[in-house]
Amino acid sequence: MTESSSQNANVVVETLRSWSPQAVLEVIEFRGERTVVVPRNLLRAAAERCRADAKLQFNLLSGASCVDRYPVEPRFELNYFLVSIPRSDRVRLQVRLAGQDPTVDSLVPVWPGANWLEREIFDLFGIRFNGHPDLRRILLPEDWEGFPLRKDFPVEGFREVPSSGDLFKKSSML
Amino acid sequence: MTTVETATGAAKTMVLNMGPQHPSTHGVLRILLELDGETVVKAVPDLGYLHTGIEKSCEDKTYSQAITLTDRMDYLNPLGNNLVYCLAVEKLLGLEVPKRAQYIRVMMVELQRISSHLVWLGTHAIDLGAMSVFLYCFREREEILKIFEMFSGQRMMTSYIRIGGIALDPPAGWRQAVQKFLSMMPSRVDEYEKLLTQNPIWIGRTKGVGYISPEDAIALSMTGPTLRAASVAYDNRKVFPYSSYEEFKFDIPTRTESDCYARYLVRVAEMRESLKIVRQAMEKIADEGPVKAEAPGIIPPQREKMKTEMEALIYHFKIFTEGFSPQPGEAFVAVESPRGELGCFVASDGSPKPLRVHFRSPSFINLQALPKLVEGQLIADVVACIGTIDIVLGEVDR
Repeated sequence: MTESSSQNANVVVETLRSWSPQAVLEVIEFRGERTVVVPRNLLRAAAERCRADAKLQFNLLSGASCVDRYPVEPRFELNYFLVSIPRSDRVRLQVRLAGQDPTVDSLVPVWPGANWLEREIFDLFGIRFNGHPDLRRILLPEDWEGFPLRKDFPVEGFREVPSSGDLFKKSSML
Repeated sequence: MTTVETATGAAKTMVLNMGPQHPSTHGVLRILLELDGETVVKAVPDLGYLHTGIEKSCEDKTYSQAITLTDRMDYLNPLGNNLVYCLAVEKLLGLEVPKRAQYIRVMMVELQRISSHLVWLGTHAIDLGAMSVFLYCFREREEILKIFEMFSGQRMMTSYIRIGGIALDPPAGWRQAVQKFLSMMPSRVDEYEKLLTQNPIWIGRTKGVGYISPEDAIALSMTGPTLRAASVAYDNRKVFPYSSYEEFKFDIPTRTESDCYARYLVRVAEMRESLKIVRQAMEKIADEGPVKAEAPGIIPPQREKMKTEMEALIYHFKIFTEGFSPQPGEAFVAVESPRGELGCFVASDGSPKPLRVHFRSPSFINLQALPKLVEGQLIADVVACIGTIDIVLGEVDR
């Protein structure tokens, strides 16, 4: 998929590895960007380490995004974009989630700003965040069915589009 | 309007529905305000009234087609949206943009920043009762829109910045037009300041209103002028330069008060800095030179070449029927929009359509801090706080 290297000399990777050998599953380097793939059960602890470690200081959670690679499993790739303002550095934390059980620990306890970011992903992808204080839909109406940014949700919607003849009939009835 | 009894049953609070159709919410934003007398106890923003599924639509367009959708997100910063999307796709492709095009991009987005801040200042002032500032601000914004029309044929939804460069060479007489604006604008900024900076009503309505501590602002992922007014000098143009910003000399205005007044001062100072950047960009832009990268199969060929060269004609046909396919991978680029960090994340699976396009929109994330700004304040200050975050609902809901 992308150029990846497991033995990468980087402060983020090294700090996470020395904290827990299981914390780094894979390091993806592409076009000068670094993505650290962490296991699902260690996400919150790894994020807390990224924020609080004196060598890392990722104090700003810039954003969060999800990619649906349906039908490939694990289909969801959840990315958190971290920024360290004191060190002028960026890194991406990634977690992969299977379609059967798209749940992960919320990062709201680490960065309160994750609140709406995770609500948006819940709303559009249907990923559940454990420990989120207010997991409701944010952009779509509360009674919306389905998760529109999933790849098995059609762009045009599920409803049948009436033919132009039907439309003409309806307008003449009015 | 309903009355709610609190847990103790002693004090009664009232829930007031503000919006979605309210002139000071700058679009269709609904806020549920729980009030104790005139004091806001709790504020719950309700969004989504302008959700248009732009990210989903992008997945059904080729990379070039999706540019027109980005214009329509933050409609006060369409060039900035074009820029961040194009930078992300260019990063994905590993494409180098000619310097001349980079400088033109910088000039255009800085003009856009001024025009966006002008709309902000005008509407914010009108929310707080200063009618005349609005008229002055829109007078100058008109001049910027005329420059955009001159460059691209469009006033707002320009789609001027394209993958690999810009759409067209600058038109004849562009230097005079931009120069005219540059010589006029500094005195106009003084004029706004004369109306507001020492105005006792303005100070009374904004000073000490909507305070947020720098720690809270960072924890809530705030960026842009709101963060810089809280003494954090975080600006993508300096910290993570893009499009040759490292070659420009400019300052990052910051304040320490972190109230509505400080944010006003930061934005006015930013307009002056942007003028400096536009002036430098004008000197850097050469009269002649390419404005598009050399990349057959990705950048549409010149019209003349198509009429004489078989290959150019084939590329033209392929680009507009099928599109181009970047190699699989993901790219994220962040730029400094007038509202804060505007990010674009593009994932490719090797097909001519993006697998995923995500926009990290500053309005959406800054709006998250609104309850923090308004809780404990008076209801009249809610209007000042919404204005001071400078949200564009098109970008909040996408």
